Amino acid sequence: MTTSTERLDDITAPGRGGRADSAFRSLALVAGLSVLAILALIAVTTTQQGWRAFTVLGGRYWFGATWNPQAGRFGILPLVYGTFLVATIAVVAAVPVSLGIALFSTEVCPRRLRTVTVTVIDVLAAVPSVVFGLWGFRVLAPRIRGVYAAIHGALGSVPGLGRLFGTSSGRSFMTAGLVVGLMITPIVTAVTREVFATVPRNDKEGALALGATRWEMIRGVVFPHSTGGISGAVMLGLGRALGETIAVVLLVGANPRFGANLFGTGETMPAQIARQLNEAGPLFRSALVGLGVVLFIVTIAVNSSARALVTFIDRRTRGAT
Amino acid sequence: MTGEPASPTIDLTARAPRPAPAGAERGADETVVFDVCDVSVHYGTFRAVRNVSMTIRRQEITAFIGPSGCGKTTMLRAFNRMHDLTEGARVEGTIDYHGVDLYDPKVNPVEVRRRIGMVFQKPNPFPKSIYDNVAYGPRLGGLAKRSELDDVVERALVRAALWDEVKDRLKRSALGLSGGQQQRLCIARTVAVEPEVILMDEPCSALDPIATGRIEDLMEEMKRDFTILIVTHNMQQAARVSDRCAFFTTEVNERSDTRTGVLVEFDRTEQMFSNPSDERTENYVTGRFG
Amino acid sequence: MTATAAPARPAGPARSDDVRISTMSRRRRVRDRLASVLMVVAFGVAVVPLGFVIVNVAQQGLKVMSPGLLTRTIPPDTSSNDLSNDTIAKYGGTASTTETTAALGIGPAIVGTALTTLGASALAIPLGILGAIYLHEYGRRRRLARFVRFMTDVMVGVPSVVMGVFVYAIWVVPRGVGGRSALAASFALGCLMLPIVVRSTEEMLRLVPDTLREASAALGIRTWRTTVTVVLPAAAPGIVSGSMLAVARAAGETAPVLFTIGAAYRYNWGLSGGNTSLSLFIYNQASLTGATSLRLAWAAALTLITIVVVVTLIARTISTRATTLH
Repeated sequence: MTTSTERLDDITAPGRGGRADSAFRSLALVAGLSVLAILALIAVTTTQQGWRAFTVLGGRYWFGATWNPQAGRFGILPLVYGTFLVATIAVVAAVPVSLGIALFSTEVCPRRLRTVTVTVIDVLAAVPSVVFGLWGFRVLAPRIRGVYAAIHGALGSVPGLGRLFGTSSGRSFMTAGLVVGLMITPIVTAVTREVFATVPRNDKEGALALGATRWEMIRGVVFPHSTGGISGAVMLGLGRALGETIAVVLLVGANPRFGANLFGTGETMPAQIARQLNEAGPLFRSALVGLGVVLFIVTIAVNSSARALVTFIDRRTRGAT
Repeated sequence: MTGEPASPTIDLTARAPRPAPAGAERGADETVVFDVCDVSVHYGTFRAVRNVSMTIRRQEITAFIGPSGCGKTTMLRAFNRMHDLTEGARVEGTIDYHGVDLYDPKVNPVEVRRRIGMVFQKPNPFPKSIYDNVAYGPRLGGLAKRSELDDVVERALVRAALWDEVKDRLKRSALGLSGGQQQRLCIARTVAVEPEVILMDEPCSALDPIATGRIEDLMEEMKRDFTILIVTHNMQQAARVSDRCAFFTTEVNERSDTRTGVLVEFDRTEQMFSNPSDERTENYVTGRFG
Repeated sequence: MTATAAPARPAGPARSDDVRISTMSRRRRVRDRLASVLMVVAFGVAVVPLGFVIVNVAQQGLKVMSPGLLTRTIPPDTSSNDLSNDTIAKYGGTASTTETTAALGIGPAIVGTALTTLGASALAIPLGILGAIYLHEYGRRRRLARFVRFMTDVMVGVPSVVMGVFVYAIWVVPRGVGGRSALAASFALGCLMLPIVVRSTEEMLRLVPDTLREASAALGIRTWRTTVTVVLPAAAPGIVSGSMLAVARAAGETAPVLFTIGAAYRYNWGLSGGNTSLSLFIYNQASLTGATSLRLAWAAALTLITIVVVVTLIARTISTRATTLH
């Protein structure tokens, strides 16, 4: 047995490895902060490169209605329009499908098949954007023209509504939107599935015990409990769709324009950047990097509100249980 | 000063068999390991246990008993500064360990935990081999030689009464052992770093009666080398194994509607069970409450 | 709309004369059945196009796929419908074959993808794991940690094209054409991977029970050694699988590579100098007209999709095994 005086010295001694511990801690802290540093660097450098367009073009950049680089006109509005239009189509297409899949895999699907459905959706998430682009461009677009033509034939003459369904070459807002919708389905599905999983089992069993059918239980218990989380999932999907690049480049048609015709060609911000940045002259380049800044800000806004929504809902439901 | 109880209903100093808290005398009493003085533990704004004073002696088993939620475990974790790992937890008062306050800013909590080991409620072996579990502490303490490590591991497993059962499968995963074996492995793991004190937080609550019996026998053995503090739900267990007992209970604060643990009585075990001096203790040990 | 109130309303007291319970609930049962059918349809709506993509890519890709294709260099001009016999001879094919595939190759693109993905992993995986260790082992619920966690989530959502523009602006523009290289592309892909690795690793660290950390701390072991010797080994399968998913994601990305990697037709095993990647190659070939470029695009797509899906499935297997362990 050591004597007590020895012990006294011992426990106040700094001990071995104290320095290593603080070194490791600092290292980890620096790594954590690197995320902040990179985000800050992205903001600073892209703004710097885009500054020229911002100052030289000013209002003509932010509010200009024509994007025609050959003519030196860099109004971003048609691109903003196209970006949001494609993203909206994608979200409108993806959300019901994702909800259906999420419900299918949490509520309906037999337990044995559950892993299979999840795996299939994972594989869907894994398919690279460019492969979807290639497929959409070479396989889907030529074939979907017939569908568009039929819809145009049926609805094209309806006043007002008909303007949405004009003639089509295959490449269009709609084609891009549908393929992007397919691409964001896995993420929306994954988030909604998580949300559905947080619905208290008690509530669900309670509804079923009262004689509700499964569908009535879903409408009466699962949906009301998940509205916030689903909105978060939709916003996350929207964020993804806004930034989707390569598939859109191949499918939207490189035609920056306003236009109601969903079956007509258009252009989005990321697609325009991807198409032109490598060959652009100084002002054009600056205008394109500026588009990157816009995209960065928009997606950060969309994603932070999505995250805020999800955490808010999280806290609320956790407080309730 | 310190022993002053905040609640007028409990007079701790009158019963606690601790020597007068004068510094000179305390230093002189070689059998005193911990001198706990007016300790309260808070989690954020919640006060989990308050104004505990007691003296823990060398090579004795001291049991903390009381109804659930009365702060026994909270109090136990104050002895090796485990609360440092919990955000928002705060310990007030002093716990003198051989005359040095554990919560003195100079004290290094890592060194404290080397000398004051802990066995947890649920067996928590590392997902490693049996051998590596026991060798873990000594190895990170700097012991590298294979033969010495082998010795340490064998000795620790023997002292934890596990050697015969596992000597042929030291390289197998510890997670394959039964609950009782896992808990003895955790004891071996703690013993292997040669602490002076071992804190046991309801070590048998997850075990069956046979495994519990083995661990109780083991504690009797270990008493020769270690000072043991054990939290237990089980009064019979406390009566069987401990030399001294601390009975805790909860006090409801009417205004904030929160419960705080308080130490009711601290005495030799046979005294506590045969002739408790507080009515609440008597009610508890006779099974009328709790 | 009647169905909304239904869960709260029991089917009614079971009176002996109330045989109409079954007729009344038929509407509800049909509705229930319909909803289930719609869910299956939703699954189909996603799976059928996926099936088409995979089948089409496989069909078209297999037509030209051969071991030689995977190792030969890329013909410089693929836009014409058929390569001239000269070109074929130059690239090791024989003019006698009616198919021109003998001269076709995508080897350099495979190497480029491997290089950039490895480079990105070397940057992002250690940094990401350390960052996650900060978040979960040290920062926990501190304000700074919560902020970093939030910004990491935000960074996950930053479009990959922005990462490309960023590295283009900070690295390629100051250096001119020479700035484009596998290294620059690795930076861009690394930026993309970093937040994914941080978040997936943190999730895995969360799965390691705190009782293990306490057990180690109670032996007088410092946090960093506990992290390295207990926590990381316990979380390793999950961390590996999360990192592999990030790798798969990076390997399939085009936009970050587009402005940063330059161009190459021959093998470039170095981090400097122009290079190419499978994804970029597909994109370039897809925008060209002509049967040859299209064939190459399908072959490269098949290669890429195989790599990515295999990595993803391996990662999934590891992670399911990891989570069932805890």
